[in-house]
This record gives sequence, C-alpha cells and structure tokens, in this order.
Amino acid sequence: MSKLHVSTTVNGDSVEFLCDPRETLLDCLRDKLNLTGAKEGCGTGDCGACSVTVDGRLVCSCLMLGVEADGKDIATVEGMADGEELHPLQQKFIEYAALQCGICTPGVLVAAKALLEKNPNPTEEEARYWLAGNLCRCTGYDKIIRAVMDTAADMREAS
Amino acid sequence: MALDDQKSVFKFVGTRPDRPDGLDKVTGRAKFGADAYAAGMLHGAILRSPHAHARIVKIDASKAEAHPDVKAVVTRADFSDKVEFKPGLAGEFWNVLENVMAGEKALYDGHAVAAVAATSALAARDALKLIEVEYEVLPHVTDVDKAMVADAPVIREGASDYSVPEGLHPNVVRYHESGHGDVEAGFGEADLVIEDSFTTEATHQGYIEPHACLASLGGDGKGELWCTTQGHWIAQKTCAALLGIETAQLRVTASEIGGGFGGKTTVFIEPVALALSRKANRPVKIVMSRSEVFRATGPTSSASMDIKIGMKKDGTITAAEGIFRLQGGAFPGAPGDMTAMCAFAPYDLTNVRQVGYDVMANRPKQAAYRAPGAPMGAFAVESVLDELCNQLGLDPLDVRLKNAAHDGSKASYGPTYDQIGLVKTLEEAKAHPHYSAPLKPGQGRGISCGFWFNHGGETSVSLALSGDGSAQLMVGTPDIGGSRASMALMAAEVLGIPYENIRVTVADTATLGYNDVSHGSRVTYASGLATIKAAKHAVEKLCERAATKWGIPVDAVKWEDGCAVPSGPNAGDFDPLPLADITANMGATGGPISGHFEATPEGAGVSFGTHIVDAEVDPETGKTAITRYTVIQDAGKAIHPAYVEGQYQGGAAQGIGWALNEEYIYGEDGRLQNSIFLDYRIPVASDLPMIDTVIVEVPNPGHPFGVRGVGETGIVPPLAAIANAVSNAAGVRMRDLPMSPPRILAALKSGDG
Amino acid sequence: MTVKVHLWSGLRALTGEQAVVEVEAATIGDMLRELVRLHPALQAPIDAGVSVSVDGRIMASDLTAPVAAENEIYLMQRLRGG
Repeated sequence: MSKLHVSTTVNGDSVEFLCDPRETLLDCLRDKLNLTGAKEGCGTGDCGACSVTVDGRLVCSCLMLGVEADGKDIATVEGMADGEELHPLQQKFIEYAALQCGICTPGVLVAAKALLEKNPNPTEEEARYWLAGNLCRCTGYDKIIRAVMDTAADMREAS
Repeated sequence: MALDDQKSVFKFVGTRPDRPDGLDKVTGRAKFGADAYAAGMLHGAILRSPHAHARIVKIDASKAEAHPDVKAVVTRADFSDKVEFKPGLAGEFWNVLENVMAGEKALYDGHAVAAVAATSALAARDALKLIEVEYEVLPHVTDVDKAMVADAPVIREGASDYSVPEGLHPNVVRYHESGHGDVEAGFGEADLVIEDSFTTEATHQGYIEPHACLASLGGDGKGELWCTTQGHWIAQKTCAALLGIETAQLRVTASEIGGGFGGKTTVFIEPVALALSRKANRPVKIVMSRSEVFRATGPTSSASMDIKIGMKKDGTITAAEGIFRLQGGAFPGAPGDMTAMCAFAPYDLTNVRQVGYDVMANRPKQAAYRAPGAPMGAFAVESVLDELCNQLGLDPLDVRLKNAAHDGSKASYGPTYDQIGLVKTLEEAKAHPHYSAPLKPGQGRGISCGFWFNHGGETSVSLALSGDGSAQLMVGTPDIGGSRASMALMAAEVLGIPYENIRVTVADTATLGYNDVSHGSRVTYASGLATIKAAKHAVEKLCERAATKWGIPVDAVKWEDGCAVPSGPNAGDFDPLPLADITANMGATGGPISGHFEATPEGAGVSFGTHIVDAEVDPETGKTAITRYTVIQDAGKAIHPAYVEGQYQGGAAQGIGWALNEEYIYGEDGRLQNSIFLDYRIPVASDLPMIDTVIVEVPNPGHPFGVRGVGETGIVPPLAAIANAVSNAAGVRMRDLPMSPPRILAALKSGDG
Repeated sequence: MTVKVHLWSGLRALTGEQAVVEVEAATIGDMLRELVRLHPALQAPIDAGVSVSVDGRIMASDLTAPVAAENEIYLMQRLRGG
C-alpha cells in the first residue's frame, strides 16, 4: 500500500511525514516525529495515555488516523512547557506527587490543561468526570485531582 | 535485633521534596519501554492460540518466510533445548519458556505459538496471517473448582511436586498446610461458629504501559536488551537460560516502567524478541497490544475458599480454619500457600489451621499482583469475622482489637512476632473521625485488617562522589513509584549534603552487581538499607582522608552535618572539613571515593493495615458507590510521606476495582471475552472519592531508619472492607467478587448473597 | 549445638509425623543440610524454596545466618512478592 504525504503543525512547528493510511496519529507522532510523550496504553481510546489536542480539541491520538492530521494544529505534552518554564499543571503535579510511575501523566496533563482552558473553575466532580477518560493505575487519582484543583485556583488568582 | 543503633531524628528523611525524575515525567521526556528505537530495527509480532487447550499438530510458516518484508520467524524450536522440566516451581525456567512460546500444546487462549520480525509493525501484523497452524482442539477447564474434579482435563502430567497428597487430580500441583493448636476443640469452645464459602475472580495488574522491549542478539552470543521490567537481572538470567547464552553476555537496561504491581517480575516478549533478533541479525522491537496484555500476561489467581471461625460471646476467637484453592493458569505458581499463611496472620489465635492448593487450569500463567495471594484470603476471613460480629452484636473494631496479634503473639504461620504495628493501626482507626461519622440511609460501613510479609532480597548499590561534592547513586531496582526520591533522601541523611546534590540512576546489569526484582515491597527497605550502608562506606573513607590531613587517628574523626569533625576535645582543634573540600582533592589524596554495599538484607519486617470504607448501594441498579475511604497502615518509617500516601491510595483504588468491577470473563469456548479496558473496567477518576491516609510508624528493627515496605499491604484489606460495607448497606452477605451491579441485584432479589 | 526446627504441618508426612526436628547446626545452611540428612524426603521442599524464621525474623535466603539453641526456628515456604 502506498504511503500518503501529510503536512501538519505539531506544538507550533511545521512538520511533514509519509504514512500508511492505516497508521494512527499516535503511531505517526511516536514513530515518525520521535514525539514519544504520548503513550499507547490500549489502542482503543479507553485509557487516555495518548491524549493530544487537535485544533484545540482533546482527542485520543490512537483513535485518529495520521492522514487526518493533515492541515491540523496538534499539541502534545512536549509542547506544554514554555521553554524552561513548566506549565503550572506540570509544576503542581511534581509538587503534589501526583504521579508514581508516570506513564499516564502526559495524557492526564494534556487533558487537565484542556479542562482548565474550557472551565477555569471546575468543581471536584467536574474534574473527576473530565479526567474519567484518563486511566491511572498507581495513584487512586487523589493527588491528581488535588493537583488539578489547586492549579486551577492558582491560575484563577494569577489571571 | 537492630542492625545498627536505629536512627530516629532526621533532617531529610520524612520531608517531601520534588522527585528527581519529576521533570522528565511531566514533560514526556522520560523513556519508557516502547520509547526506544534502533538503527535497522525490525518490528516483532506474536501469533497466539485462539484455543484454550489444543495440540499443535503442525506450524507452516513457509508463506510468511517467503514474504519480502519478513526477516525472521521463530517457534519453540528456536529456543534452548537445555531448559529442564521439573515438577512444581523447581523448574521455573521451563515454565517460563513454555509460557513465552508453546511447545506441544497451546494451553490457553492467547498462548504464543510463533512470532515474526518484519520491516514495520503493520508488516509484522500482516505476516502473522500467513502462518498456518493446525490444531487438534482438546477439552479445557478454566474454573478452579472444576479443574480439581476427577474428570477435569489434565493440563500437564507430572507437574505436581512433592507436597501434593495422594489421590488429588494432577491439576493440583502444590499443597500447603500449616497451623497450630486443636481447631476441633476450639470450635467446641465457641458460642457461635460460622462456616461459609467465597470466590474471587482473576484480575489483572492493569499497569497502563503494555510490555515492550527492544532486543539485539548477535551470532557471537552477545546481546543488548531494553525492556520495561520490575527486575532487569531476573530478565537477564531468564532470557540467557531460554536462549542458551551466557548471562553476562546479555546486558539488560531497564526502561522507565509504566506500572508493574507484580506483573513485570517475569518475562513474556523479551526472549521472543531476542530469538527473532538472533535469527534476523537485526534489532527487534516488540510492543504488546492491550489485548495481548490481558490474554497472555498477569493476571492474578482466581480463588475458591471455605472458612470456618468460632467465637465466644465476648468476641474471643476460639478457632479458625481456612481452605484456599487458587487457580494460577496452565502452570504451577498460584500462591495458595501465601493465601493460607496470610489469611489469619492479623490475629492471635490458639487454634488455627490453613490449607492452600495451587491448581492449574487453561488460563494464562498467573503473575504476582501486589501481596500475591493475600487479598483473597483476607476477603473470605474478614467477611466471616464481620458476620460473627453482626450476629453476636459486637463492634467489629473492638473484636479485631481483642484478637489482634501483637509483639510476642504466635503468628498463624508459626513464628512469634517481633515488633509489629497492627494494634496501633486499629487504635488509630477507632480514634479516626471516619469510624464514628454518621451514615446516611442506604450506606454501610466495613472494616478489615490486612497482613503482608514484605521482602528483602539480593541487593547491590554503589555511590560515587564527584570532585565538586555532589554524589551519584546507582541502584538496581527500577523506580516504579518515586524510589529515586526516597533513595536520595536516605543518602542525603547519611552524607549530610543537600538532597538535590544527589543523582540517582537505575543502573543496567553490566554496571552493578545482581539486584533482585522491585517486588515484595522491598525497594525502600532493601535498596534503602543498601544506600544507607553504601553512603556510610563512603563516609568512612571521607573520615580517613580528614584524619590523614589532620594527622590524627581515624577513630578520632566523626561525620557531622556533611563535614568531618574531630570526635572530641582530645582529638585536636580543627575546623569542620566539608565533604566538597575533601572530594576536591580526592584524586591526589588516595583516589576516587566511592561507597558500596552488597548483601541480602534479612529483616524486612511484616506489615499490617486497617481500612475503613463507606459504601452506598443503589437498590434500583445494583451499582455501588464508595463514599468514603480511609487507609491506616504501618510504614515503619515514612521516608517520603507523599509517596507512602500514594502507595496506600493506589492499593486501595486497585482493591476497589477488584471488589466491585474487575474480573476475567471466559466464554464456554474458554476464550477471554473482555480483553480491552472498555470491558475490563478499572476504576476511573469519577468512580472514586478522595482516599484518606494515616501513616502509622512502628519502626522495623531490621532497618537502620526503621523502614517497612509499604507497597503491597494496602491491597490486602480493601476486598473485605468493601464487601463488609456493601453487605451491611445491602443487608445481604456478598460472598463472590466482583460485586458487580448484576450480582448485587441478584443478591438483593434473593435476599441472600 | 542442637537447634529445634519447627516444620509447617504439610511437611509432617515427610518426617514420620514429626512437627519439630532437632538437628546439630550453627547456621541455616548447616541446619538445612542436617534436616535432609535425617529426613531425606525434605530435600524436595528445600529445593522448591524455603525461608527460615529465626525469632520472628524471616530469612528469605541467607544460609550463613547463625542459629542457636535459644532461637525459635520455623521452616517456611519461600516468600514471593508482587
């Protein structure tokens, strides 16, 4: 099967790649662009470890084909920090010990960032339901939710 | 029996600094199993049996081999023929080999039968369809009780070891019996005896990172393996045996590990990738799909249990007996012995008897899962205790306190307990506001105690000082949950230099001596102990350099707050000599300064916890909501309390999943029906409340700082505590896990679980 | 010196129903060797893996650990962790 040429923007950079039409966006990010921050935990859109945003919308990159990324604006965990300056969520996750093994962390961070952009003042229940698509097997979510709620409070105060 | 004068006042230990690998893990920089690539790399894929039990008549790979994208195909013939079969666990390498690549028979749905390496992941997947396997389907059995009856299909003749009494089915491969006193006499003294039966289904460890590896093995027998594992030395040893190469010729590097919980203590794809690489003469990467993870790795055992406990009206337990039958897949290893030994361990019993069976069935080889074997037994025992309390009108916490094991109690598994913290956890539970908080209608409260042994294991640590006074610490236990932070804290405590000045690396198998797996809650205990000893070793050398410089005997120098100082007024009058001042000149004063420690620390210290749970059952749907959860557990000494809390919370959350949702569902055809996360539902954020924690600290005499392992005990009480809460909320005793909505509805309807 | 080794009850079938076996030993290694010498059938469980509890402290594998007459010694099945 011949490969297709895709031009897209990832974390603000223009990139191009050739992909098999069966390859997912996640495969392309990882195997063609060396952006391995997004992880494959399930391949069926159930675990959220591959979360990225496409034109600002939160998606599981394992459920989208690489060819569908053509002309889109993709953001991954690698683009979350501003140079050396970590995003407040990243900082707070470290401070709160909101990760143990860290495999779900990129997806959780991308999803939490999307939440706070949409709703800067979520209730605990809203945060829990928004992040229900991001499985974490280590933490029981306690410290993750606390980190997200506290970041939201800090960001509201700062703005 | 302290190893040292135990330290109890700390500068660094007990604080909560940022973890050293935090930045890598929040930016996507950390490299996990699937994140490695090599020049010329091929992708491997594994063909798996669709049958639960079948003779492999013929494998024809000629079409796959002829395909231009395919560079190698392997079957069992490509592995060592020197690996010896032995009964029970004595031949564990053979068991692992048989599991990673089937021999004469496919033993479960998902069992590997062949593998290919091709130029892309898609090409490899496509090539699997070109391999033709002829099977002769055999009768199968997946249920533990059915696997033990006379006409059950035999999985493998000769797998039973010495322990199995005459007359049992060949699928019973190990047998354990222990206890003390006279249980029959004890039951005679009881005012109430309850006898009941319980089952738990197999659950998967559910780590979010599937198994992944990148392997390279040349014709010269030298190899490199990168993999996600809890223990790269055991991976090295096992792979070398299965491939028939020398252990030292295979260098294994542990990637960052995306969860293990016991499931990554053995190998699955690693020997296959090495065999493919040897045949193709190119690096081969294999990454499992989630479905492969469910079908062919883990899970824990399923269990069927009978419990009998006698109690006096005042709550005194007079006798306890348990029969525990654990199904561990098509291989020996189900931890029926551990279940038996742990089940009654929280209690000081005069009369106790426990029997454990290890039973084979046509399911994937069970793997360790957090306190392997203990949660099931606790579920059954603590459910009966709860029922005794209900029927005798006694407070369940008071009854547990009355019977609790304490220092000097004879453990149900034999020995006398040293210093233990169970009573303290029960007292903390009783004093906790959760225990006296009012319940709403429809809610129930449950409690349970839990026990786990903890483990020490072979350990080797090196610490090297740099000229500028910073330190590199090399440990051999993969960092699953923040152990770099706890290691750095312990090293800082001994060296007296800032936590931030210590860089902790998980060394590969070529750069450090043998290290046992990150399991048995051993990392903070054993690697921690070795880190402390290695740092002390370096401090001895630092003191020697200061002594030489000052021209005084080395025993006149002591180490204080990161400096060499004279040990007393008679030693002389010298200004404190900071570590960095000594290391700055170390090359010219005797050479580099390093500290080492290698040993098998034996003093892990057993651990206990008590959990309190409130559950609310919806009578319309049968759905259970956990409304409040409190974990109280003895940590000995919490090195980094935030990560100790994290272990408690994670154990509770996994227990909630096991209790309420998670189960392996097999069809009549013996195939696993729920091999994706949509159908095998682990707890999500919206399922859970905040999980409160109380860290009890009863120091472990076997560790210089008093550490006990904390990783595993936290999953022991939840199944029972939740079952007790649900049973109290629903008014019916729940005897089978998971307590899924249909099962609860059925119990409500029949008025009896 | 003579040490008393308590066996788990499942082993009694291998020792002629003896629950406690007395052996001459100064270390765990000696002790295991002597146990097998007195009761050859104990070779199988020892090969399959045992731990030894000495005064409540569980020795997972150390054959060099000392044992003495005053110690409380239990043979246990080898512990495995997750």
